[in-house]
Amino acid sequence: MTDRYTRTAITLHWAIALLIFAAFPLGVYMHDLPLSPGKLRLYSYHKWIGVSIFVLAVLRVLWRFTHRPPPLPDSMPRWEKFAANTVHYLLYVLIFAVPLSGWLMSSAKGIQTVWFGVLPLPDLVAKNKELGDLLKEVHEGLNFIMLGVILAHIGAAFKHHFIERDGILARMIPFLGRNT
Amino acid sequence: MNLKKTVGGFVGANLFAHRPLLVRMNLHPQVQPNSMKLWKFFRQLLFPGMKHLLVIPLLLAALPASGAEFTVLRPQQSSITFVSKQMGVPVEGSFRKFTARIAVDPARPEAGTARIDIDLASIDTGNAEADTEVAGKAWFDTKNYPAASFVSGSVKQSGRERYEALGKMTIKGKTLDIRTPFTLKQSADTLVIDGVFPLKRLDYGIGSGIWSDTDTVADEVHIRFHFTVARK
Repeated sequence: MTDRYTRTAITLHWAIALLIFAAFPLGVYMHDLPLSPGKLRLYSYHKWIGVSIFVLAVLRVLWRFTHRPPPLPDSMPRWEKFAANTVHYLLYVLIFAVPLSGWLMSSAKGIQTVWFGVLPLPDLVAKNKELGDLLKEVHEGLNFIMLGVILAHIGAAFKHHFIERDGILARMIPFLGRNT
Repeated sequence: MNLKKTVGGFVGANLFAHRPLLVRMNLHPQVQPNSMKLWKFFRQLLFPGMKHLLVIPLLLAALPASGAEFTVLRPQQSSITFVSKQMGVPVEGSFRKFTARIAVDPARPEAGTARIDIDLASIDTGNAEADTEVAGKAWFDTKNYPAASFVSGSVKQSGRERYEALGKMTIKGKTLDIRTPFTLKQSADTLVIDGVFPLKRLDYGIGSGIWSDTDTVADEVHIRFHFTVARK
């Protein structure tokens, strides 16, 4: 298959994937910790990763608008194409929505987000306890939706690679293509 | 000088003793002791008639030292907030309960005095878990040291409407000198005092043990005060 994503798209995809794989378990782990300097540090790292994902998401969408992705193979039934497109669309929305909800939550809880402790992000909402608690629920909910969507995304990739063996995964992992 | 002294003594006596004196004079004029007669004689000599008894306190009230002072705190328009830095992020908090005994005459701010007592358990960090944490032993230890206090010492002018106060800050049983700039803004019926000064939390042992790591929570905390004081 000559059809594959551009090197930039591949890099952005895997960079964002890695950061999500770091930020998600970190978020699950840290929120239950008793208050300590370590907890404050982890929260900051989590926020820095989230802002990084947001920035990469902006680049990725700009790239996506200016570079057509390879089309889905015709061997895929219509419902699979629809499912694939839906999952991709949701993932694009979530890589914005999840960091954004975290950023707003932080502002509502009265703690500005400062990327790498250097670059302050504006507080888009004022300090407000009720809003902060609401945004916490939103952030959590979006994350568990994202978990489901990512599992579907990975499941589909494995199905294509190991069951259908149609080379779809090689479009995003080029070295896999050399063996087929 | 001599006259003033006499007046001062006279006023003092009158302010506190004229009522019983009058009562005694009216009820038992015949049993006035000699000293009282002498007293009355001098009083009549200096201030004929009884009106002076009212006039003198009024005169006193007009002197800057007493009546022009702003002494009544308006708690709803006053606040004590602080900004600490956590992982490089400035985070604001406040103290909900404090008392401030302030006496400032805008004409002579250098003679002003202030005593601020802060109920440390009334801290609002914006996070319930942090509120509980900072009440604990490593931070304020509010069980043993429920209040922090500031007592003003000298005040000097540093510019237009700008002043600097020296005073003693006591937190967690430790008293240290602090210096804070402040401004005075007078309106028709209130005087607004605003200022901010840095305080090193570790100087007072606030946030000891694991929390003494200043990379996470900075040593320097900025305390901001805003007091609205009215006349009596």
